[in-house]
Amino acid sequence: MTTKVLDPREVLLRADHLRREMGDDFRDRIVSSLYADAQRIADRSVQIGTGQKWDWDQKIDRIVTSPVFGLPIMLGILALIFWITIIGANYPSQMLAEFFFVVEARAAELFIAWGVPALLTGFIWNGVFRGLAWVVSVMLPPMAIFFPMFTVLEDLGYLPRVAFNMDWLFRNAGAHGKQALTMAMGFGCNAAGITATRVIDSPRERLIAILTNNFVPCNGRFPTLIMLATIFVAAAFPPAFASLAAAGAVVGVVLIGVGFTLLSSWLLARTVLQGEASAFTLELPPYRRPSILRILYTSLIDRTIFVLWRAILTAAPAGAAIWVLANIDWNGVSLAQHSANFLQPLGYAIGLDGVILLAYVIAIPANEIVVPTMLMVYMGVSAMSDITSYDKIRTLLIDEQGWTMLTAVNLMLFSLLHNPCATTIITIWKETRSAKWTTIGALMPLVFAFAVTFAVATAVRALW
Amino acid sequence: MTAAVTDHSNCETCPAHAQLEQMGVSLGKSDYLVALAGNPNTGKSSVFNALTGLRQHVGNWTGKTVMRAEGGYSFQDKRYKLVDLPGTYSLLSASEDEEISRNFLLFGRPDCTVVVVDATALERNLNLVLQVLEITSKVVVCVNLMDEAKRKGMKVDVRSLSRDLGVPTVPTVARTKEGLRDLVQTVAAVIAGEIATKPVRPQHPPELEKAVDELVPMIETVAPGLPNARWVALRLLDGDHKVRQALLSGELSELEGRQAAPVETVSSVVALQGRQ
Repeated sequence: MTTKVLDPREVLLRADHLRREMGDDFRDRIVSSLYADAQRIADRSVQIGTGQKWDWDQKIDRIVTSPVFGLPIMLGILALIFWITIIGANYPSQMLAEFFFVVEARAAELFIAWGVPALLTGFIWNGVFRGLAWVVSVMLPPMAIFFPMFTVLEDLGYLPRVAFNMDWLFRNAGAHGKQALTMAMGFGCNAAGITATRVIDSPRERLIAILTNNFVPCNGRFPTLIMLATIFVAAAFPPAFASLAAAGAVVGVVLIGVGFTLLSSWLLARTVLQGEASAFTLELPPYRRPSILRILYTSLIDRTIFVLWRAILTAAPAGAAIWVLANIDWNGVSLAQHSANFLQPLGYAIGLDGVILLAYVIAIPANEIVVPTMLMVYMGVSAMSDITSYDKIRTLLIDEQGWTMLTAVNLMLFSLLHNPCATTIITIWKETRSAKWTTIGALMPLVFAFAVTFAVATAVRALW
Repeated sequence: MTAAVTDHSNCETCPAHAQLEQMGVSLGKSDYLVALAGNPNTGKSSVFNALTGLRQHVGNWTGKTVMRAEGGYSFQDKRYKLVDLPGTYSLLSASEDEEISRNFLLFGRPDCTVVVVDATALERNLNLVLQVLEITSKVVVCVNLMDEAKRKGMKVDVRSLSRDLGVPTVPTVARTKEGLRDLVQTVAAVIAGEIATKPVRPQHPPELEKAVDELVPMIETVAPGLPNARWVALRLLDGDHKVRQALLSGELSELEGRQAAPVETVSSVVALQGRQ
């Protein structure tokens, strides 16, 4: 029995020596013999019949990934999805809101009849419950329509084609072509999009994809955009074109978001994250017939319920906070009013107002609840109660709070660009493990948001 | 249950029928470890979901199973842990995905590896199968997407494929669960040794075979208990940095006597992340 200990380095030395003996094309020979074996075995076991359906995929791909039609088709599909969401969500939203309003009124009456202190009744029903009711009625219908359609596209195999169409844009920005895929996932949820950046191998390009994912609006922000587009943009058009105009406005906002994704990627790739864009292979999978059950499961359980539940969890405490702020007075003025007054100068400078900024501060945990929060602060301030339709929201915002088209446009821009929600920030931290990049990921969008809205507000005020 | 197997009238009474049970992530102690490898977009995740009853996200785009996910099923009173590896085209170059898959096949020491291949693109998929066969011989090839192949007018002769590869092949349509019972039964038989596998190994030029023969005993001395010294020798001859490093740092040697336990704890965490 030998007790001689062999040093691993000796093995490596010997291997290196043997490799040199065999010549340079050694690896090529291994790979080509592998390919030859694979081809030989495949040829023996596969018979290709005379199928005429063979090149259907290729025919479709030649159109949807063509340099001429690719991008317009993509935009058309996007617009169609938003349009269906907008016309489909309006009515159910209104019904839900009316239903919850009746529940709120009845329950509050009941509480008062039972002799529950008015303060507690108000806190529970006009605070916490109203927050929840708003979130459910504003968010549930659009999500239940939007998510299944998005999932169909994913299942069909369209997303890789999107990446293919947009590859050149990202490459020119100095980023990775697969960032188009992670960006598309960001439409569902930015946290999910950031997790999906793991498909990008290069750490530099992955970091760019993580830091810029926030610039595409997630599903938490779509309801805000859709509502604002419906109330303000659509109202400026004749009824026949209203929903189309609203869908067009949302597509416009999405395009601005994609623009900022590319711009910020380009800036990062030119400054702190310099380097060459790396090459990669992207397989265009065959188109597959989506499976209905799986789509319903993925879109309704995994996505809709998940996002809604998260919104509910953050809306309840937010509703409570607003109620407290609106109902505790100091020097005869509510705390909400004080906070809003404090934020007013900054809000005005960027074309918004103090209440909107206050809503954004309260809604940091989840973007979903910004509009409900805002409306509740307005209502708390103006003591108005039943908001059951888009018409009433329009009356409240325009007639009583003095909103203009500038407010609406800047709110859409601010909503698109501002800092990511708490979940997304935590995800950036988890994926990068770096306090520096997490801070940049949170603050860079905020700087963009203030800069862009300030510029727009200043320009509009100077011109009109 | 699918209607696809109704031509076997005794199907309902077959032992396999009653004994396949999806176990989700409640792994507990498993008897066997099964790895699931394959090219991207071959329906690997569909196979995984169908066997474990989990809802690992399935999407028609390449590279969505970024980390490996885990689940379990039980079959004929044995518990199997199934690990879904990221889809890769090869194990030769070292992208992160390929490394995760390769490391698992090497260090995770699965009792059996199922390679899912796309019946409509067999040639390209076989490259990976042949590379897996160089690492481990306990392999079952799952020829998935048989329905798409049929739609495209292709006929895949799985018997000829089995014979050429030296390992069992099972035709499946994971989306309708067709053939999956056959798959778990074949996996069980390979693990039990009831089906002997004699994987085809690529014929290398004589000087290469000579070099491998020289290195294998050396590697076995440095890293005793390594199940595939031949593969390590080939990688060293190719100058594979990761394998060189693993040998130097003693990572390969530590394999001996290492239980599957540490792998389990790490990957259970991964499994939970994968579900999110």
